[in-house]
Amino acid sequence: MKFHRMYALSLRHIYLIKGSLPRILDLIYWPTIQIVLWGFISKFFTLHTDLYNHTVGIILSSAILYDFLFRSSISFNMLFLEEIWSRNFTNLFVAPLKVSEIIIALTATALLRTLIGIIPAILLATPFFGVSIFTLGPSLILLFLSLYLFGITLGLLVTSGLLRYGPAFENIAWSSLFLLAPLGCVYYPLSILPDWLQVVAKILPLVYIFEEVRSILLDNVVNYSNILTALKLNLIYFASAVSIFYLAFYGARKKGTLINVGE
Amino acid sequence: MSDAVIEINNLTKQFKNALAVKNISFKINKGKIIGLLGPNGCGKSTTIGMMLGLIKPTSGTVIINHKNIENNRTSLLGKMNFISPYIELPKKLTVEENLKVYGRLYGVKNLKEKIYDLMKKLNLSEFRSRKTGELSSGQKNRVSLAKALINDPEILLLDEPTASLDPDVGDYIRGFIEDFASNKGSTILLASHNMNEVERLCHEVMMMKNGEIIDRGTSSDLINKHGRKNLEEVFLKIVRE
Repeated sequence: MKFHRMYALSLRHIYLIKGSLPRILDLIYWPTIQIVLWGFISKFFTLHTDLYNHTVGIILSSAILYDFLFRSSISFNMLFLEEIWSRNFTNLFVAPLKVSEIIIALTATALLRTLIGIIPAILLATPFFGVSIFTLGPSLILLFLSLYLFGITLGLLVTSGLLRYGPAFENIAWSSLFLLAPLGCVYYPLSILPDWLQVVAKILPLVYIFEEVRSILLDNVVNYSNILTALKLNLIYFASAVSIFYLAFYGARKKGTLINVGE
Repeated sequence: MSDAVIEINNLTKQFKNALAVKNISFKINKGKIIGLLGPNGCGKSTTIGMMLGLIKPTSGTVIINHKNIENNRTSLLGKMNFISPYIELPKKLTVEENLKVYGRLYGVKNLKEKIYDLMKKLNLSEFRSRKTGELSSGQKNRVSLAKALINDPEILLLDEPTASLDPDVGDYIRGFIEDFASNKGSTILLASHNMNEVERLCHEVMMMKNGEIIDRGTSSDLINKHGRKNLEEVFLKIVRE
Protein backbone atom coordinates (compact mmCIF):
# COMPACT_ATOMS: atom_id res chain seq x y z
CA MET A 1 0.00 0.00 0.00
CA LYS A 2 1.25 3.47 -0.89
CA PHE A 3 0.44 6.54 1.16
CA HIS A 4 0.63 8.91 -1.85
CA ARG A 5 -2.19 7.06 -3.61
CA MET A 6 -4.45 7.07 -0.56
CA TYR A 7 -3.65 10.74 0.03
CA ALA A 8 -4.47 11.54 -3.60
CA LEU A 9 -7.89 9.94 -3.30
CA SER A 10 -8.58 11.87 -0.09
CA LEU A 11 -7.25 15.06 -1.65
CA ARG A 12 -9.81 14.78 -4.44
CA HIS A 13 -12.59 14.99 -1.84
CA ILE A 14 -10.84 17.62 0.27
CA TYR A 15 -10.66 19.87 -2.80
CA LEU A 16 -14.33 19.22 -3.43
CA ILE A 17 -15.35 20.23 0.10
CA LYS A 18 -12.89 23.15 0.29
CA GLY A 19 -14.07 24.61 -2.97
CA SER A 20 -17.76 24.80 -2.10
CA LEU A 21 -19.30 26.76 0.79
CA PRO A 22 -22.80 25.32 0.11
CA ARG A 23 -21.29 21.84 0.41
CA ILE A 24 -19.78 22.71 3.83
CA LEU A 25 -23.06 24.26 4.99
CA ASP A 26 -24.93 21.16 3.82
CA LEU A 27 -22.61 18.98 5.92
CA ILE A 28 -23.28 21.11 9.02
CA TYR A 29 -26.98 21.83 8.45
CA TRP A 30 -28.61 18.43 9.03
CA PRO A 31 -26.78 17.38 12.22
CA THR A 32 -27.45 20.84 13.71
CA ILE A 33 -31.16 20.74 12.85
CA GLN A 34 -31.37 17.23 14.28
CA ILE A 35 -29.83 18.30 17.59
CA VAL A 36 -31.95 21.45 17.89
CA LEU A 37 -35.15 19.50 17.14
CA TRP A 38 -34.43 16.71 19.62
CA GLY A 39 -33.25 19.28 22.16
CA PHE A 40 -36.57 21.12 22.15
CA ILE A 41 -38.66 17.93 22.12
CA SER A 42 -36.88 16.51 25.17
CA LYS A 43 -36.92 19.90 26.96
CA PHE A 44 -40.70 19.97 26.50
CA PHE A 45 -41.02 16.62 28.33
CA THR A 46 -39.05 17.89 31.34
CA LEU A 47 -41.31 20.93 31.80
CA HIS A 48 -44.28 19.03 33.22
CA THR A 49 -42.86 16.20 35.30
CA ASP A 50 -39.69 15.15 37.14
CA LEU A 51 -40.03 11.69 35.61
CA TYR A 52 -38.14 12.94 32.57
CA ASN A 53 -35.33 14.65 34.49
CA HIS A 54 -32.59 12.99 32.47
CA THR A 55 -34.42 13.12 29.19
CA VAL A 56 -32.62 16.04 27.59
CA GLY A 57 -29.18 14.61 28.35
CA ILE A 58 -29.99 11.07 27.24
CA ILE A 59 -31.95 11.97 24.13
CA LEU A 60 -29.47 14.58 22.97
CA SER A 61 -26.40 12.46 23.67
CA SER A 62 -28.03 9.57 21.80
CA ALA A 63 -29.04 11.88 18.95
CA ILE A 64 -25.47 13.16 18.61
CA LEU A 65 -24.01 9.65 18.68
CA TYR A 66 -26.61 8.33 16.23
CA ASP A 67 -25.97 11.23 13.92
CA PHE A 68 -22.25 10.49 14.08
CA LEU A 69 -23.02 6.94 12.96
CA PHE A 70 -25.43 8.16 10.27
CA ARG A 71 -22.93 10.73 8.92
CA SER A 72 -20.07 8.18 8.87
CA SER A 73 -22.08 5.79 6.78
CA ILE A 74 -23.55 8.42 4.46
CA SER A 75 -20.15 10.09 4.07
CA PHE A 76 -18.58 6.84 2.93
CA ASN A 77 -21.42 6.29 0.45
CA MET A 78 -21.27 9.89 -0.76
CA LEU A 79 -17.55 9.67 -1.54
CA PHE A 80 -18.28 6.75 -3.81
CA LEU A 81 -21.42 8.26 -5.32
CA GLU A 82 -19.51 11.48 -6.13
CA GLU A 83 -17.28 9.41 -8.43
CA ILE A 84 -20.29 7.89 -10.15
CA TRP A 85 -22.12 11.21 -10.54
CA SER A 86 -19.04 12.95 -11.93
CA ARG A 87 -18.34 10.03 -14.32
CA ASN A 88 -14.85 9.81 -12.83
CA PHE A 89 -15.31 6.22 -11.69
CA THR A 90 -13.43 4.59 -14.57
CA ASN A 91 -10.54 7.06 -14.32
CA LEU A 92 -9.96 5.89 -10.75
CA PHE A 93 -10.08 2.22 -11.61
CA VAL A 94 -7.56 2.58 -14.44
CA ALA A 95 -5.20 4.32 -12.00
CA PRO A 96 -2.80 2.10 -10.03
CA LEU A 97 -5.06 1.93 -6.98
CA LYS A 98 -5.44 -1.17 -4.84
CA VAL A 99 -8.84 -2.04 -3.40
CA SER A 100 -7.34 -1.85 0.10
CA GLU A 101 -6.08 1.68 -0.63
CA ILE A 102 -9.54 2.74 -1.78
CA ILE A 103 -11.08 1.40 1.43
CA ILE A 104 -8.53 3.12 3.69
CA ALA A 105 -8.66 6.44 1.81
CA LEU A 106 -12.46 6.55 1.84
CA THR A 107 -12.59 5.52 5.50
CA ALA A 108 -10.23 8.36 6.49
CA THR A 109 -11.99 10.93 4.30
CA ALA A 110 -15.41 9.89 5.58
CA LEU A 111 -14.18 10.69 9.12
CA LEU A 112 -13.17 14.18 8.06
CA ARG A 113 -16.55 14.75 6.39
CA THR A 114 -18.37 13.42 9.45
CA LEU A 115 -16.44 15.62 11.87
CA ILE A 116 -17.14 18.76 9.82
CA GLY A 117 -20.83 18.03 10.26
CA ILE A 118 -20.98 16.80 13.84
CA ILE A 119 -18.57 19.12 15.70
CA PRO A 120 -20.78 22.23 15.37
CA ALA A 121 -23.77 20.18 16.61
CA ILE A 122 -21.78 18.94 19.64
CA LEU A 123 -20.67 22.49 20.43
CA LEU A 124 -24.20 23.89 20.10
CA ALA A 125 -25.72 21.35 22.49
CA THR A 126 -24.00 22.87 25.55
CA PRO A 127 -25.08 26.55 25.34
CA PHE A 128 -28.55 25.73 24.00
CA PHE A 129 -29.54 22.75 26.14
CA GLY A 130 -26.84 22.42 28.80
CA VAL A 131 -25.83 19.00 27.45
CA SER A 132 -22.25 17.96 26.87
CA ILE A 133 -21.48 14.65 25.25
CA PHE A 134 -18.16 14.72 27.10
CA THR A 135 -19.95 13.77 30.35
CA LEU A 136 -19.75 10.24 28.95
CA GLY A 137 -16.08 10.35 29.98
CA PRO A 138 -13.18 8.42 28.46
CA SER A 139 -15.49 5.62 27.29
CA LEU A 140 -16.79 8.13 24.72
CA ILE A 141 -13.70 7.39 22.61
CA LEU A 142 -14.58 3.68 22.49
CA LEU A 143 -18.23 4.47 21.78
CA PHE A 144 -17.26 6.77 18.89
CA LEU A 145 -14.84 4.15 17.56
CA SER A 146 -17.55 1.49 17.66
CA LEU A 147 -20.09 3.71 15.93
CA TYR A 148 -17.57 4.74 13.31
CA LEU A 149 -16.69 1.12 12.57
CA PHE A 150 -20.37 0.26 12.18
CA GLY A 151 -20.97 3.32 9.96
CA ILE A 152 -18.07 2.37 7.69
CA THR A 153 -19.27 -1.24 7.65
CA LEU A 154 -22.67 -0.14 6.36
CA GLY A 155 -20.95 2.20 3.91
CA LEU A 156 -18.84 -0.69 2.61
CA LEU A 157 -21.90 -2.89 2.15
CA VAL A 158 -23.78 -0.19 0.24
CA THR A 159 -20.78 0.68 -1.96
CA SER A 160 -20.36 -3.05 -2.66
CA GLY A 161 -23.90 -2.93 -4.01
CA LEU A 162 -23.07 0.18 -6.06
CA LEU A 163 -19.99 -1.54 -7.48
CA ARG A 164 -21.85 -4.68 -8.36
CA TYR A 165 -25.23 -3.32 -9.46
CA GLY A 166 -24.41 0.28 -10.42
CA PRO A 167 -26.26 3.52 -9.59
CA ALA A 168 -29.59 1.67 -9.33
CA PHE A 169 -28.42 0.69 -5.86
CA GLU A 170 -28.27 4.36 -4.82
CA ASN A 171 -31.62 4.41 -3.00
CA ILE A 172 -30.39 1.70 -0.65
CA ALA A 173 -27.53 4.07 0.25
CA TRP A 174 -29.99 6.53 1.73
CA SER A 175 -32.33 4.08 3.41
CA SER A 176 -29.92 1.55 4.95
CA LEU A 177 -29.65 3.26 8.33
CA PHE A 178 -33.35 4.07 8.66
CA LEU A 179 -33.97 0.35 8.42
CA LEU A 180 -31.65 -0.40 11.35
CA ALA A 181 -32.60 2.53 13.60
CA PRO A 182 -35.69 0.95 15.21
CA LEU A 183 -33.69 -2.17 16.08
CA GLY A 184 -30.68 -0.23 17.33
CA CYS A 185 -32.56 0.96 20.45
CA VAL A 186 -31.06 4.42 20.04
CA TYR A 187 -33.66 6.34 22.03
CA TYR A 188 -35.22 3.57 24.17
CA PRO A 189 -33.99 0.53 26.11
CA LEU A 190 -33.83 -2.93 24.61
CA SER A 191 -36.59 -4.07 27.01
CA ILE A 192 -39.13 -1.95 25.06
CA LEU A 193 -38.88 -4.32 22.07
CA PRO A 194 -40.97 -7.52 21.95
CA ASP A 195 -38.98 -10.58 23.07
CA TRP A 196 -38.53 -12.02 19.59
CA LEU A 197 -37.27 -8.68 18.25
CA GLN A 198 -34.82 -8.37 21.15
CA VAL A 199 -33.13 -11.53 19.89
CA VAL A 200 -32.67 -9.90 16.47
CA ALA A 201 -31.61 -6.56 17.96
CA LYS A 202 -28.88 -8.22 20.01
CA ILE A 203 -26.93 -9.09 16.89
CA LEU A 204 -26.51 -5.36 16.25
CA PRO A 205 -23.66 -3.57 18.02
CA LEU A 206 -25.86 -0.47 18.28
CA VAL A 207 -27.91 -2.01 21.10
CA TYR A 208 -24.84 -2.43 23.32
CA ILE A 209 -23.56 1.06 22.51
CA PHE A 210 -26.78 2.89 23.33
CA GLU A 211 -27.56 0.71 26.39
CA GLU A 212 -24.14 1.75 27.62
CA VAL A 213 -24.80 5.45 26.96
CA ARG A 214 -27.96 5.26 29.10
CA SER A 215 -26.14 3.29 31.79
CA ILE A 216 -23.40 5.93 32.08
CA LEU A 217 -25.75 8.92 32.03
CA LEU A 218 -28.44 7.47 34.34
CA ASP A 219 -26.44 5.36 36.80
CA ASN A 220 -22.93 6.72 36.36
CA VAL A 221 -21.75 3.17 35.77
CA VAL A 222 -19.42 2.18 32.95
CA ASN A 223 -20.08 -1.40 31.86
CA TYR A 224 -17.06 -2.36 29.77
CA SER A 225 -18.59 -5.71 28.80
CA ASN A 226 -21.19 -3.82 26.69
CA ILE A 227 -18.45 -1.74 25.06
CA LEU A 228 -16.34 -4.82 24.34
CA THR A 229 -19.28 -6.78 22.93
CA ALA A 230 -20.05 -3.88 20.60
CA LEU A 231 -16.41 -3.66 19.48
CA LYS A 232 -16.18 -7.43 18.90
CA LEU A 233 -19.37 -7.46 16.84
CA ASN A 234 -18.17 -4.44 14.90
CA LEU A 235 -14.86 -6.05 14.05
CA ILE A 236 -16.62 -9.18 12.79
CA TYR A 237 -19.04 -7.15 10.66
CA PHE A 238 -16.28 -4.86 9.39
CA ALA A 239 -14.12 -7.81 8.30
CA SER A 240 -17.14 -9.38 6.57
CA ALA A 241 -17.95 -6.07 4.82
CA VAL A 242 -14.36 -5.76 3.56
CA SER A 243 -14.59 -9.31 2.14
CA ILE A 244 -17.92 -8.48 0.49
CA PHE A 245 -16.38 -5.33 -1.02
CA TYR A 246 -13.57 -7.43 -2.55
CA LEU A 247 -16.14 -9.90 -3.89
CA ALA A 248 -18.18 -7.02 -5.36
CA PHE A 249 -15.06 -5.67 -7.08
CA TYR A 250 -14.37 -9.12 -8.51
CA GLY A 251 -18.02 -9.40 -9.59
CA ALA A 252 -17.93 -5.93 -11.20
CA ARG A 253 -14.84 -6.91 -13.21
CA LYS A 254 -16.56 -10.09 -14.33
CA LYS A 255 -19.75 -8.24 -15.27
CA GLY A 256 -17.87 -5.35 -16.90
CA THR A 257 -19.56 -2.62 -14.85
CA LEU A 258 -16.32 -0.84 -13.92
CA ILE A 259 -15.99 0.55 -17.42
CA ASN A 260 -19.42 2.11 -17.78
CA VAL A 261 -20.74 3.11 -14.38
CA GLY A 262 -22.20 6.58 -14.70
CA GLU A 263 -25.27 8.67 -14.29
CA MET B 1 12.04 -12.67 -25.21
CA SER B 2 9.65 -11.08 -27.74
CA ASP B 3 9.70 -7.33 -28.52
CA ALA B 4 5.96 -7.11 -27.89
CA VAL B 5 4.97 -4.89 -24.97
CA ILE B 6 1.33 -5.87 -25.47
CA GLU B 7 0.53 -9.52 -26.04
CA ILE B 8 -3.07 -10.65 -26.25
CA ASN B 9 -3.53 -14.41 -26.32
CA ASN B 10 -6.82 -16.13 -27.18
CA LEU B 11 -8.82 -13.48 -25.36
CA THR B 12 -12.55 -14.16 -24.97
CA LYS B 13 -15.26 -12.34 -23.06
CA GLN B 14 -18.68 -13.83 -22.64
CA PHE B 15 -21.25 -11.61 -20.94
CA LYS B 16 -24.54 -13.12 -19.81
CA ASN B 17 -26.24 -13.10 -23.22
CA ALA B 18 -23.51 -11.99 -25.56
CA LEU B 19 -20.12 -13.15 -26.73
CA ALA B 20 -18.42 -9.73 -26.89
CA VAL B 21 -14.88 -10.83 -27.77
CA LYS B 22 -14.12 -14.13 -29.54
CA ASN B 23 -10.73 -15.66 -29.04
CA ILE B 24 -8.62 -12.74 -30.30
CA SER B 25 -4.83 -12.68 -30.33
CA PHE B 26 -2.44 -9.93 -31.31
CA LYS B 27 0.89 -8.39 -30.39
CA ILE B 28 2.04 -4.77 -30.41
CA ASN B 29 5.70 -3.89 -30.37
CA LYS B 30 7.21 -1.08 -28.36
CA GLY B 31 6.80 2.40 -29.84
CA LYS B 32 4.11 1.41 -32.33
CA ILE B 33 0.78 3.16 -32.77
CA ILE B 34 -1.89 0.66 -33.72
CA GLY B 35 -5.42 1.56 -34.74
CA LEU B 36 -8.37 -0.57 -33.69
CA LEU B 37 -11.26 -0.07 -36.07
CA GLY B 38 -14.70 -1.53 -36.06
CA PRO B 39 -18.39 -0.69 -35.91
CA ASN B 40 -20.14 0.14 -32.63
CA GLY B 41 -20.59 -2.93 -30.46
CA CYS B 42 -17.88 -4.94 -32.21
CA GLY B 43 -15.91 -5.46 -28.98
CA LYS B 44 -13.34 -2.65 -29.08
CA SER B 45 -14.22 -1.18 -25.67
CA THR B 46 -14.46 -4.64 -24.10
CA THR B 47 -11.00 -5.46 -25.45
CA ILE B 48 -9.59 -2.20 -24.05
CA GLY B 49 -11.39 -2.86 -20.76
CA MET B 50 -9.68 -6.26 -20.48
CA MET B 51 -6.30 -4.71 -21.35
CA LEU B 52 -6.78 -2.26 -18.47
CA GLY B 53 -7.83 -4.98 -16.03
CA LEU B 54 -11.29 -3.40 -15.72
CA ILE B 55 -12.98 -6.45 -17.20
CA LYS B 56 -12.05 -10.00 -16.31
CA PRO B 57 -11.61 -12.15 -19.43
CA THR B 58 -13.65 -15.34 -19.66
CA SER B 59 -10.52 -16.96 -21.06
CA GLY B 60 -7.16 -15.95 -22.51
CA THR B 61 -4.47 -13.63 -21.23
CA VAL B 62 -3.42 -10.00 -21.45
CA ILE B 63 0.35 -9.70 -21.15
CA ILE B 64 1.74 -6.19 -20.72
CA ASN B 65 5.51 -5.73 -20.50
CA HIS B 66 5.81 -9.54 -20.23
CA LYS B 67 3.54 -9.64 -17.16
CA ASN B 68 -0.04 -10.87 -16.87
CA ILE B 69 -2.36 -7.96 -16.01
CA GLU B 70 -4.46 -10.27 -13.80
CA ASN B 71 -1.65 -10.71 -11.29
CA ASN B 72 0.15 -7.38 -11.73
CA ARG B 73 -2.73 -4.95 -12.18
CA THR B 74 -1.51 -2.14 -9.91
CA SER B 75 2.11 -2.09 -11.03
CA LEU B 76 1.20 -2.28 -14.73
CA LEU B 77 -1.51 0.38 -14.52
CA GLY B 78 1.15 2.75 -13.15
CA LYS B 79 2.85 2.55 -16.56
CA MET B 80 -0.34 2.87 -18.59
CA ASN B 81 -3.03 5.46 -19.06
CA PHE B 82 -6.37 5.78 -20.77
CA ILE B 83 -8.60 8.42 -22.30
CA SER B 84 -12.18 8.09 -23.45
CA PRO B 85 -14.92 10.62 -24.19
CA TYR B 86 -17.28 8.53 -22.07
CA ILE B 87 -15.47 9.23 -18.82
CA GLU B 88 -14.77 12.62 -17.29
CA LEU B 89 -12.68 14.27 -14.63
CA PRO B 90 -14.45 15.68 -11.54
CA LYS B 91 -16.26 18.78 -12.77
CA LYS B 92 -16.10 20.70 -9.48
CA LEU B 93 -12.32 20.51 -9.24
CA THR B 94 -10.13 23.04 -11.01
CA VAL B 95 -7.89 21.93 -13.86
CA GLU B 96 -4.83 22.17 -11.60
CA GLU B 97 -6.51 20.27 -8.73
CA ASN B 98 -7.49 17.44 -11.06
CA LEU B 99 -3.95 17.15 -12.38
CA LYS B 100 -2.53 17.27 -8.84
CA VAL B 101 -4.85 14.46 -7.73
CA TYR B 102 -3.98 12.23 -10.68
CA GLY B 103 -0.29 13.13 -10.52
CA ARG B 104 -0.21 11.93 -6.91
CA LEU B 105 -2.24 8.81 -7.75
CA TYR B 106 0.40 7.90 -10.33
CA GLY B 107 3.25 8.87 -8.01
CA VAL B 108 4.67 11.46 -10.44
CA LYS B 109 7.99 12.99 -9.37
CA ASN B 110 8.41 16.79 -9.67
CA LEU B 111 4.67 17.06 -10.05
CA LYS B 112 4.53 20.86 -10.01
CA GLU B 113 6.91 21.12 -12.97
CA LYS B 114 5.14 18.29 -14.77
CA ILE B 115 1.75 19.99 -14.44
CA TYR B 116 3.20 23.35 -15.51
CA ASP B 117 4.82 21.71 -18.54
CA LEU B 118 1.66 19.84 -19.61
CA MET B 119 -0.55 22.89 -19.15
CA LYS B 120 1.83 24.96 -21.24
CA LYS B 121 2.06 22.38 -24.03
CA LEU B 122 -1.69 21.84 -24.13
CA ASN B 123 -2.53 25.55 -23.89
CA LEU B 124 -4.24 25.10 -20.56
CA SER B 125 -2.28 27.60 -18.43
CA GLU B 126 -5.00 30.25 -18.53
CA PHE B 127 -7.57 27.73 -17.28
CA ARG B 128 -5.54 26.34 -14.38
CA SER B 129 -7.89 27.84 -11.73
CA ARG B 130 -11.11 27.22 -13.64
CA LYS B 131 -13.44 24.39 -12.63
CA THR B 132 -13.18 21.60 -15.17
CA GLY B 133 -16.96 21.49 -15.58
CA GLU B 134 -16.96 25.12 -16.77
CA LEU B 135 -14.70 24.41 -19.76
CA SER B 136 -15.74 23.81 -23.36
CA SER B 137 -15.65 20.21 -24.66
CA GLY B 138 -12.40 20.93 -26.53
CA GLN B 139 -10.78 22.35 -23.38
CA LYS B 140 -12.07 19.44 -21.27
CA ASN B 141 -10.63 17.04 -23.80
CA ARG B 142 -7.21 18.70 -23.47
CA VAL B 143 -7.43 18.39 -19.66
CA SER B 144 -8.28 14.68 -20.03
CA LEU B 145 -5.31 14.31 -22.33
CA ALA B 146 -3.09 16.06 -19.76
CA LYS B 147 -4.37 13.57 -17.15
CA ALA B 148 -3.62 10.67 -19.53
CA LEU B 149 -0.05 11.91 -20.06
CA ILE B 150 0.70 12.92 -16.47
CA ASN B 151 2.64 9.71 -15.79
CA ASP B 152 4.46 9.65 -19.17
CA PRO B 153 2.75 6.33 -19.91
CA GLU B 154 4.70 3.62 -21.67
CA ILE B 155 1.38 2.34 -22.97
CA LEU B 156 -1.48 4.64 -23.85
CA LEU B 157 -4.96 3.39 -24.71
CA LEU B 158 -7.03 5.94 -26.55
CA ASP B 159 -10.73 5.34 -27.07
CA GLU B 160 -12.01 7.85 -29.64
CA PRO B 161 -9.80 10.68 -28.33
CA THR B 162 -11.16 13.28 -30.77
CA ALA B 163 -14.84 12.30 -30.79
CA SER B 164 -17.18 15.33 -30.80
CA LEU B 165 -14.36 17.83 -31.22
CA ASP B 166 -14.30 20.48 -33.93
CA PRO B 167 -11.77 19.83 -36.74
CA ASP B 168 -9.31 22.42 -35.41
CA VAL B 169 -9.14 21.00 -31.86
CA GLY B 170 -9.18 17.45 -33.26
CA ASP B 171 -6.21 18.25 -35.45
CA TYR B 172 -4.37 19.84 -32.53
CA ILE B 173 -4.91 16.74 -30.37
CA ARG B 174 -3.75 14.42 -33.16
CA GLY B 175 -0.59 16.49 -33.59
CA PHE B 176 0.05 16.40 -29.88
CA ILE B 177 -0.37 12.61 -29.69
CA GLU B 178 1.96 12.21 -32.67
CA ASP B 179 4.66 14.34 -30.99
CA PHE B 180 4.23 12.60 -27.65
CA ALA B 181 4.59 9.15 -29.19
CA SER B 182 7.72 10.05 -31.16
CA ASN B 183 9.37 11.86 -28.22
CA LYS B 184 8.60 9.32 -25.50
CA GLY B 185 8.56 6.14 -27.57
CA SER B 186 5.22 5.14 -26.07
CA THR B 187 3.10 2.35 -27.45
CA ILE B 188 -0.41 3.44 -28.35
CA LEU B 189 -3.60 1.56 -29.13
CA LEU B 190 -6.06 3.92 -30.77
CA ALA B 191 -9.73 2.97 -31.13
CA SER B 192 -11.39 5.44 -33.44
CA HIS B 193 -14.10 6.00 -36.02
CA ASN B 194 -12.10 8.76 -37.66
CA MET B 195 -10.33 7.12 -40.60
CA ASN B 196 -8.17 10.15 -41.41
CA GLU B 197 -6.95 10.15 -37.84
CA VAL B 198 -6.07 6.46 -38.04
CA GLU B 199 -4.34 6.86 -41.41
CA ARG B 200 -2.32 9.79 -40.11
CA LEU B 201 -1.28 8.37 -36.73
CA CYS B 202 -1.14 4.59 -36.96
CA HIS B 203 1.68 2.34 -38.13
CA GLU B 204 -0.82 -0.48 -38.49
CA VAL B 205 -4.56 -1.02 -38.30
CA MET B 206 -6.56 -3.92 -36.88
CA MET B 207 -10.11 -4.38 -38.14
CA MET B 208 -12.61 -5.80 -35.66
CA LYS B 209 -16.06 -7.16 -36.38
CA ASN B 210 -18.46 -9.21 -34.24
CA GLY B 211 -15.84 -9.66 -31.51
CA GLU B 212 -13.11 -10.91 -33.85
CA ILE B 213 -10.06 -9.33 -35.46
CA ILE B 214 -10.63 -10.00 -39.10
CA ASP B 215 -7.74 -8.13 -40.68
CA ARG B 216 -4.50 -6.35 -39.84
CA GLY B 217 -1.98 -4.36 -41.82
CA THR B 218 -0.74 -0.89 -42.68
CA SER B 219 -3.38 1.48 -44.05
CA SER B 220 -1.94 1.22 -47.56
CA ASP B 221 -1.73 -2.60 -47.35
CA LEU B 222 -5.40 -2.81 -46.37
CA ILE B 223 -6.45 -0.33 -49.06
CA ASN B 224 -4.60 -2.33 -51.73
CA LYS B 225 -5.73 -5.70 -50.40
CA HIS B 226 -9.39 -4.74 -50.45
CA GLY B 227 -9.11 -2.78 -53.70
CA ARG B 228 -10.51 0.46 -52.29
CA LYS B 229 -9.47 4.13 -52.50
CA ASN B 230 -9.07 4.84 -48.82
CA LEU B 231 -9.41 3.36 -45.35
CA GLU B 232 -12.98 4.57 -44.94
CA GLU B 233 -14.04 2.53 -47.96
CA VAL B 234 -12.19 -0.49 -46.58
CA PHE B 235 -14.03 -0.03 -43.29
CA LEU B 236 -17.41 0.20 -45.05
CA LYS B 237 -16.67 -2.87 -47.19
CA ILE B 238 -15.72 -4.95 -44.16
CA VAL B 239 -18.66 -3.78 -42.04
CA ARG B 240 -21.21 -4.40 -44.79
CA GLU B 241 -19.90 -7.78 -45.91
